[in-house]
Amino acid sequence: MSERALGEDQLVVEGLSVNYGRIEAIRDVSFRVPAGGIATLIGANGAGKTTTLKTVSGLRTVRAGRIVFEGEDISRVPSHQLVKRGLCQAPEGRGTFPGMTVEENLDMGAYTRSDRKSAAYRADMDRVFTLFPRLAERRAQAAGTMSGGEQQMLAIGRALMSRPRVLLLDEPSMGLAPKLIQQIFSIIVEINRQGTTVLLVEQNAAQALRTADVAYVLETGSVARAGRCAHGVDPRG
Amino acid sequence: MSTSTTSTTSPKPERRTLGERWADLPKPVKIVVWLAVALFFYALPLLNPPLLSTPESDFGSVMFTVASYALVALGLNIVLGYAGLLDLGYVGFYAIGAYTVGVFGSLHGSLPFWLLIVLAVCISTASGLLLGAPTLRVRGDYLAIVTLGFGEIIRLVALNSEWLNQSRGIQDIPRPPDITIGGEPVFEVPRLLWDGLTATVDLGNTSAFLEFGLLDGVPYYWLALSVIILVLLGDVLLQDSRVGRAWEATREDEEAAELNGVPTFRYKLLAFAMGAFIGGLSGALFAARQGAINPETFTVQLSMLFLAAVVVGGQGNRWGALVGAAVVAYLPERFREFADFRVVVFGLLLLLLANFRPQGLLPPRRARRAQRAGKRLAELEGTEEGARA
Repeated sequence: MSERALGEDQLVVEGLSVNYGRIEAIRDVSFRVPAGGIATLIGANGAGKTTTLKTVSGLRTVRAGRIVFEGEDISRVPSHQLVKRGLCQAPEGRGTFPGMTVEENLDMGAYTRSDRKSAAYRADMDRVFTLFPRLAERRAQAAGTMSGGEQQMLAIGRALMSRPRVLLLDEPSMGLAPKLIQQIFSIIVEINRQGTTVLLVEQNAAQALRTADVAYVLETGSVARAGRCAHGVDPRG
Repeated sequence: MSTSTTSTTSPKPERRTLGERWADLPKPVKIVVWLAVALFFYALPLLNPPLLSTPESDFGSVMFTVASYALVALGLNIVLGYAGLLDLGYVGFYAIGAYTVGVFGSLHGSLPFWLLIVLAVCISTASGLLLGAPTLRVRGDYLAIVTLGFGEIIRLVALNSEWLNQSRGIQDIPRPPDITIGGEPVFEVPRLLWDGLTATVDLGNTSAFLEFGLLDGVPYYWLALSVIILVLLGDVLLQDSRVGRAWEATREDEEAAELNGVPTFRYKLLAFAMGAFIGGLSGALFAARQGAINPETFTVQLSMLFLAAVVVGGQGNRWGALVGAAVVAYLPERFREFADFRVVVFGLLLLLLANFRPQGLLPPRRARRAQRAGKRLAELEGTEEGARA
């Protein structure tokens, strides 16, 4: 992918620290997500990627630092209010509602919308089914009975139903066959091309770096390297 | 992705379930059927049908007990079945409802009956909010322990507080006021008397509408049944609403629900408060029928029995909860002659159920669908490469 012109920073994280009890999970993490781009946080298991993402989406409490989304400080905004503001996370792995059908899951994604009977809502549902034809085939099936890959697709599709301006993805490639990983990543690129900014947390560094515009490497709870991606990671400091 | 569609996947004409057929009926037909069902249940203690009737205890009183269990089960079903909160101290709310009526109706006051009911419901709902606000932030297992403690604390407070009359309990609890015209009952309904399969109308043994006497349990049963119908209507409306969807999402995956914009804590608290409301209401009716209460009525065992009603019936399905309550409250009365073995038989039944029907007698639509889909997936496996991709 050639280097693209990116907009201003839509999401800015500054000096973020989070604790689990006494234990420090992440320390002084800072990164920026440019508008219209794909940013990625990569790193090994336990480096603090998921914690960082969950903190941004309001599921963990900020101990120090701040999170700024489109100019507003959202460090203390609870998770369920961020969806309305345009920031939505697709949870890691099988984060679907297992007893609900595919269609009901997608409908839950639109929970905060008030136009659930409208044409716009139908159009968004169709858009998800176009991006993930596999979900269309299984629209009446209970999510819990689908494969890991299908559930991952469903989690992403459900997040899209809230029409986020920034989409947070937690390890979309986890536990998937290589062929399916390719597929998911090309869909992520397509979602981004249609106008959604993406923040992607990944363990599969090679794939993430091929996809993203900017990358940050997390090591033991802090950012070790950062840089633009089109020509590999170039260390800044 | 699938390479071929083999003959094994050819769709069989799927058998329509009873529920689907029911859903297709026109609305007027449904209403008529519902009315007929309601009428049947109102008339049940007077029909006194031979196999259903309880030979060794008054059928009307047994039916009232069943109805009060059913009401409790409906309330607990909201907490446990819809919102997925394991409440082991539900008897606490039942006790608060009963004691409110006792304390302000007999022991320390003589408020009018309907005001007592309102007060009982308000106090139990408030205690539900007070208990839920700090504890619903913790995860499931802790909630179970805290609520278990709550149920016991309520009982122990009643047992030790001088103001609540300690173990002596409360007597002379007011009955519901009679609805009469000039001192005479509005009308009287005779019972059927059965001899084998032939029925005769027994004019000497009638139930007065609506006279709440000491002996006849039927008017109390009518009252409880009416409350159940009201609660059921509310339950149906609520479950189909945004609230119902929020509860369902919260129960299935709390974090995912939160990420989709559901304020999970607020909805859990709402479920808890509604459960407390219905539990308190049921307790208040119980006290009014019983006339006397004491702390030993409200033991942990009763909590477990309530829980068993919901689990046996199928948590998450209101009809399941009703069936479960009937099983738990009615069967022991019906088979009194085996009284010595009741607990053993009950235990055996629970074991069998846990083994062969873990989702309960009438599991909710979702559980049934998940099971069906699971089966279909198992059939497809091997024929479709993508099934496990």
